[in-house]
Amino acid sequence: MTTTHEERFGAIIAADDKVEPRDWMPDGYRATLIRQIAQHAHSEVIGMQPEGNWISRAPTLKRKAILMAKIQDEAGHGLYLYSAAETLGVSREHLVSLLHDGRQKYSSIFNYPTLSWADIGTIGWLVDGAAIANQIMLQRTSYGPYARAMVRICKEESFHQRQGYEIMMTLAKGSEEQRAMAQDALNRWWWPSLMMFGPHDSASTHTETSMEWKIKRASNDELRQQFVDMTVPQADYLGLVVPDSEVSWNEERGHYDFGPIDWDEFWAVVSGDGPMNRERIAHKRTAWEDNQWVRDAAAEYAAKRGHRRGAA
Amino acid sequence: MSYSVPDVPGRPADAPREDTNPGTPLWEVFVRQKRGLSHVHAGSLHAEDVERALQNARDVYTRRVEGVSIWVVRSTEVHASDPEDAAAMFEPFADKPYRHPTFYDIPDEVGHM
Repeated sequence: MTTTHEERFGAIIAADDKVEPRDWMPDGYRATLIRQIAQHAHSEVIGMQPEGNWISRAPTLKRKAILMAKIQDEAGHGLYLYSAAETLGVSREHLVSLLHDGRQKYSSIFNYPTLSWADIGTIGWLVDGAAIANQIMLQRTSYGPYARAMVRICKEESFHQRQGYEIMMTLAKGSEEQRAMAQDALNRWWWPSLMMFGPHDSASTHTETSMEWKIKRASNDELRQQFVDMTVPQADYLGLVVPDSEVSWNEERGHYDFGPIDWDEFWAVVSGDGPMNRERIAHKRTAWEDNQWVRDAAAEYAAKRGHRRGAA
Repeated sequence: MSYSVPDVPGRPADAPREDTNPGTPLWEVFVRQKRGLSHVHAGSLHAEDVERALQNARDVYTRRVEGVSIWVVRSTEVHASDPEDAAAMFEPFADKPYRHPTFYDIPDEVGHM
């Protein structure tokens, strides 16, 4: 065998095969995956906060139980993803410390506040809807553990989106005040949801190599278009109006046209100046520090039981 | 997006997987989906001891009755073949088609065999 590491890696990618943890991979591939999977994991974990805000105020016991189950799923998704990231030789605690120190980011969508109950419906419908578009694509990503985590996550996300849309249907069929609440939530979440797909392809620094390595299988703009095409008819069904006067069906393209995105807002939120950036990280750090005693107690208990590492 | 690329602690790509978190041991989780099927690898998690590992595995990997039985194994106890050896390990079987039933021509008149 005279093939080089690079050639064998290239052959795996070319054959649409999966790269597995112990395979040789270029440093850039490994670093890109660690960054992307970690930030995906952080997003799941931080995403629990805006929804957690409404657990104690959910309108019925049924909605409360559903919301708690959904938030527990988000924690689970974070864990699947940290688990996938760890196969690349980086520790979970290291990744969490990068989040706490602001050296790694999470999806900017979670830097917006949840002001009304309709926001919980809208998050499920739009934010999880956008996440699904991205994650369905990532089920075909070239790194095996990441692809497998995505398969598991996609199965669970469908519940998230449907419960959100059901909340919106209930509000849309409700009183004048409830319909206004639903429309207000859509007005506030529509544009940030479109921003979830990231900058335009022409301005996206990572897209090209990520597509070459088949980490990403579709571009930001392709996924965003797919999301708009899927979502506009769903808004119509609810009798709600997306806050963009330029949305119209383009027969020729076979897609909806839509107006320009405010990228100044996007970059401001990404760089830390969104409405909730500081609060989200402060809350996360406090939770980590306040729960130190639980980790200490578990370690102490395990030590006393003689199950510490090496002793099994 | 202009994300900073984190430092990756140095580790050769083909090194066996290690406990990357010295504080809390890493466990591999295997779930039996239903009776009659084998346990299949589901993922990994951190836990201080085997009881916590089983409890966490139940919460993380079986929230929708995905399983009826769970194994947890310390990640350091899993020993894997080296992908570099894959050719030597597995390819010799590729040129032994006579190990497969389709290698043999049996006339149709004989019936199903």
